[in-house]
Amino acid sequence: MTKESTVPFTRKDHDQRWWLSTPILTRRVIDRLAQQVMGTMAITTGLLVPVIILALCLRARPILEVQSLSELIFSREWHPLRGLFGFYPFIVGTFWVTAVGMVIAVPPSLLTAIYLAEYAHPKTRALVKPFVDLLAGIPSVVYGVWGILTVVPFIEKTIAPAVKSRLGILPLFQTENPTGYGILAGGVVLAVMVFPIIIAVAEEVISAVPQGLREASLALGATRWQTIRRVVLRRGGPGVLAAVVLGFSRAFGETMAVLMVVGNVPQVPRSIFDAAYPLTALIANNYGEMMSIPQYDAALLGAALILMIVVLFFNLGSRLILVRIGKNE
Amino acid sequence: MKKNKLEESFFKILMITSLATVIGSLFLILGTVILRGLPALNVEMFTQIPKGGYYLGKEGGILNAILGSLFLAGGGTILALMVSLPISIYLQIYATRSHLVELIRLSLDVLWGMPSIVYGAFAFTLLLFLGMRASLLGGMITLAFLELPIMTRGMDESIAMVPVTLKESSYALGATRYETAIKVLLRQTAPGLLTSMLLAFGRGIGDAASVLFTAGYTDRLPDSLFGPAASLPLAVFFQLGTPFPAVQDRAYASALVLTLIILVLSLISRSLASRFTKHVVR
Repeated sequence: MTKESTVPFTRKDHDQRWWLSTPILTRRVIDRLAQQVMGTMAITTGLLVPVIILALCLRARPILEVQSLSELIFSREWHPLRGLFGFYPFIVGTFWVTAVGMVIAVPPSLLTAIYLAEYAHPKTRALVKPFVDLLAGIPSVVYGVWGILTVVPFIEKTIAPAVKSRLGILPLFQTENPTGYGILAGGVVLAVMVFPIIIAVAEEVISAVPQGLREASLALGATRWQTIRRVVLRRGGPGVLAAVVLGFSRAFGETMAVLMVVGNVPQVPRSIFDAAYPLTALIANNYGEMMSIPQYDAALLGAALILMIVVLFFNLGSRLILVRIGKNE
Repeated sequence: MKKNKLEESFFKILMITSLATVIGSLFLILGTVILRGLPALNVEMFTQIPKGGYYLGKEGGILNAILGSLFLAGGGTILALMVSLPISIYLQIYATRSHLVELIRLSLDVLWGMPSIVYGAFAFTLLLFLGMRASLLGGMITLAFLELPIMTRGMDESIAMVPVTLKESSYALGATRYETAIKVLLRQTAPGLLTSMLLAFGRGIGDAASVLFTAGYTDRLPDSLFGPAASLPLAVFFQLGTPFPAVQDRAYASALVLTLIILVLSLISRSLASRFTKHVVR
């Protein structure tokens, strides 16, 4: 049964309102069908993380038949041609660069987030927000170019000599690296890259702390800063931690920008001026020849797997904290 | 009491300094790229492909990379759209407030944080499995994976902003959920959906680590879905890798081109938020 005769629309209107002339049964079938198709897509996407892990596991398995996992992770011997794949220098390199980046990034980004959430005039906030978003949108290769042009020369000419002459006794600050390419350069670039992530998440979490708590503290005579430190940050603590961890996992997996400034020497670094060779750089630099040396591709995809699992662990942790905070609101 | 005030103003100064550092670093980056890229930028960069000896400092341009990047990111965005729009509709219309939805959202958030090199490695594995080699299509598929969570979460959130009453009015008029989604929600959220697409496009066009494995690189213009395609980020990277200052200058110019694309995209999406709201019920 079509309702065509009863509908008081012109023909043109009618074409646009196709559903009026379609039997209700067909419309329900379309609805159900859409539900099925969209649901399947959604569930498939939900399974993407395990699928990626599985695919990388399968491709990385041949390397485990040659070397044990502990050998892979703790061996320092990296000689693909001789079949020796020790990830230790690369894993340590990744942690060094990420740690230095986070030490530089966390204090200013948290202070900025607190300022934007607690002190800044709404107009200031609206003015600053687009710039922070833009910082997040800059491609990593552009960060790398900036690192080469600005950060590396600055470290080479200014920071390294100054630090060496004052703090050179401490092993952390000793340097035999004549160039600026190294962990500190990678850390500075990473720090600027994770600024917007930490700021955005931390600001949201801090703003979500109930206003009543602030008012109670202010009414007791506390200053604004005391209120922030003792009330707001205590309540928002887990969320702020989640923001920092999210920044960490982003920094951990960053490839191009780090690769361009970190020096790429496969060694276990001793000081922040040493060159390092992070896992991500290892994968990106060697993809070209990986199919021509036996086990090489398995080793590199194994490196990607290690990277993924570490990032997944931190990422999932911080997301779970944020989900829980969202529920309590 | 005086001590407290002093402490407060100390930290306030510290906070403003931090804010200045963050904003300052943005302008430092933009300034550096513009200052070093502009002198090497010329019309040839946009109109020519690398000629013989380009990487030794001879003539040519990076049209191959510009076009390649636009194709890669454009194709990736379209592929991602075909999946992310249905998913966000599903999350908002069909399956609200269930554990499944929470799990899918969590999974999307985790995917968002996944390093792009992992996407590259995974897509490379997938291409090998499908018997494909590094190609334009391969790069598009990789970028679609990368852009999928960004786009879906953005669309999900903009559909969530639609007032419940609007949905209920549509249901009350006898529309099915599918009709409500297509006829009402898509029009209502069009600006938000476009913004998410632009955001994802921008992320795709700037990503180098994932297409490194899967799109390859070529000095020719991209002409086939199954042939390799150049991309801007990799053009920057490869030109920087040469020992010739003239070629390195062109790498800075290429980085400037990439940055300009990102700036234009962000300006468009800002103006979209205010315009293009013809069909939006307020």
